[in-house]
Amino acid sequence: MINSRGIAHSIRSILCTLLLLSCANVSYAVIETYEFSSSSLEQRYRQLSVELRCPKCQNQNIADSNAPIAQDLRKLLYKQLEAGASDEEILDYMVSRYGEFVRYKPRFSGVTLMLWLMPVALLLGAIIILFSVLRGSRKEEAAGGISAEEQRQLDKLLENDT
Amino acid sequence: MSRLKLFVPLFLFVVLAGFLIRGLQLDPREMPSALIDQPLPEFQLPVLGKNSLVQRMDVVGEVSFFNVWATWCISCRVEHPYLQMLADRGIPIYGVNYKDESAAAMQWLDQLGDPYRLSIEDVEGTLGLDLGVFGAPETYLVDAQGIIRYRHVGVVNERIWRGILQPLYQELLNEAASQ
Repeated sequence: MINSRGIAHSIRSILCTLLLLSCANVSYAVIETYEFSSSSLEQRYRQLSVELRCPKCQNQNIADSNAPIAQDLRKLLYKQLEAGASDEEILDYMVSRYGEFVRYKPRFSGVTLMLWLMPVALLLGAIIILFSVLRGSRKEEAAGGISAEEQRQLDKLLENDT
Repeated sequence: MSRLKLFVPLFLFVVLAGFLIRGLQLDPREMPSALIDQPLPEFQLPVLGKNSLVQRMDVVGEVSFFNVWATWCISCRVEHPYLQMLADRGIPIYGVNYKDESAAAMQWLDQLGDPYRLSIEDVEGTLGLDLGVFGAPETYLVDAQGIIRYRHVGVVNERIWRGILQPLYQELLNEAASQ
């Protein structure tokens, strides 16, 4: 039987696991290096190359991938940054060629609505379930377990068993 | 009622499994091109094996295919004989020699035959980038107005031609004839 202490314990262990996972660092496989005229450009290069997804190798960003297309996109990103393009302009340029797909953080729109709202909805659902389970078990405890009628049935079952 | 509640997890599992099974059947490479219904991008690039330049207006005007190929692309060798057969039937195909070495590309065409009206030499991959190419082979269907109407990622073979490309090509030909 799940009681509230058991639930509190499992929540604690889940939180610990999440904390550990969030500490894991993302490693960047930088393949070629570019000389930037300022460190803020380099900072933006890092940010954008992590957000842009490699179209060929779909589970990597262009900073991680060694596919030819990812190299091309990194070069392009470097050129555009040095030419003074804004983040918005660069992302628009990429999206107009490769589709919204190329961003790991797609724009909030009708197509991506599910993508953005699903985690929130699932979290809310989980919280509701958690609370109803907690309340149910507390009620059970308050009622002192089982009723006299249930106890009688239980005794009978045990008797039959032996 | 509380008995019915017991089936909620099962129900959720079935829904989830349904989505996952559907996901297994989808090919993640089959993405719609961002350039569908957009004009073929402007370019000015050398013609492979010739001392001349070609630009957008030289290659649009009739319904035609643009096939992105390269000698480093193994699947391109697989689809090559099929493209040759289509070309022999009079289907207009332009080649985009994507990020390749000219000498190797010309040798390839000498040995395996040349199904292309001409091959655009895209050494730097700039046209490829404007087209949203992410690998080879890719095949674009462009209508008589120079608008991209379809993109196929992967090898063109009998199944793809009969099932997808030929019906679309025919449709565009009819469209062009009625205008």
